[in-house]
Amino acid sequence: MVERTIVGAHYGLRGWLAQRVTAVVMALATLVMVFGIWSASPLTYATWKSLFAKWWMWLSLCLFSLSVMLHAWVGVRDILMDYIKPTGIRLALEVLSLLALAYYTVWAMQILWRI
Amino acid sequence: MPDLAAKKQRPLWYNLSLLNLPLPGLVSILHRVSGALLFLGLVWFLFLLDMSLASESGFARFRVYVAHPLVKLSLLAFLWAYLHHFCAGIRYLFLDIDKGVSLPAARASSYAVLAVSLALTALLGMRLW
Repeated sequence: MVERTIVGAHYGLRGWLAQRVTAVVMALATLVMVFGIWSASPLTYATWKSLFAKWWMWLSLCLFSLSVMLHAWVGVRDILMDYIKPTGIRLALEVLSLLALAYYTVWAMQILWRI
Repeated sequence: MPDLAAKKQRPLWYNLSLLNLPLPGLVSILHRVSGALLFLGLVWFLFLLDMSLASESGFARFRVYVAHPLVKLSLLAFLWAYLHHFCAGIRYLFLDIDKGVSLPAARASSYAVLAVSLALTALLGMRLW
């Protein structure tokens, strides 16, 4: 028997809130980046690279990359909890998703720091 | 003794097929599907971004790569997924703060989400290709 107080323990609240906050961050970053890409013409390597080197573009991409990892983790976890019932398979998929997201974060930072 | 078993046919089979979903339900499941799709696409988006920013030759390869019809089609699908997830997400943020929770408002906003994301996909898709 697991003793748990439901009220006041904030079960899942942090994940829920993180998903909402990162959603707002990504929405704003999207608008900034769309504006940036829209205004970059003609599209050559030089303009493309210098576009991402602009501080607001770089910052948006950076915040977006970090946010998407947190956001996707909560979403993927929700989906796995809903559809994958056997604990072993669910745990394996969760670990796999988490490792993938960690790898993507490092990869995104690598791209950003090379600009 | 009344025959209760004969009166109430159990189990009941409700028709839960997608076509019978109310509009907000459709937006909801598409939000989930598009989210899963975008998660699976992450590795590809990073690959594309990496290639385009790596070098002059990488950028040239990127341009050739995204000109391929299959790649364009996939990008279009992901564009829709992103736009739907974006619009539906904004709707959920408002629902979270109790805005637009009445039935007519929720129906209208779910219709708007479907329409706007599809229209934007068409518009941006045409613009990009």
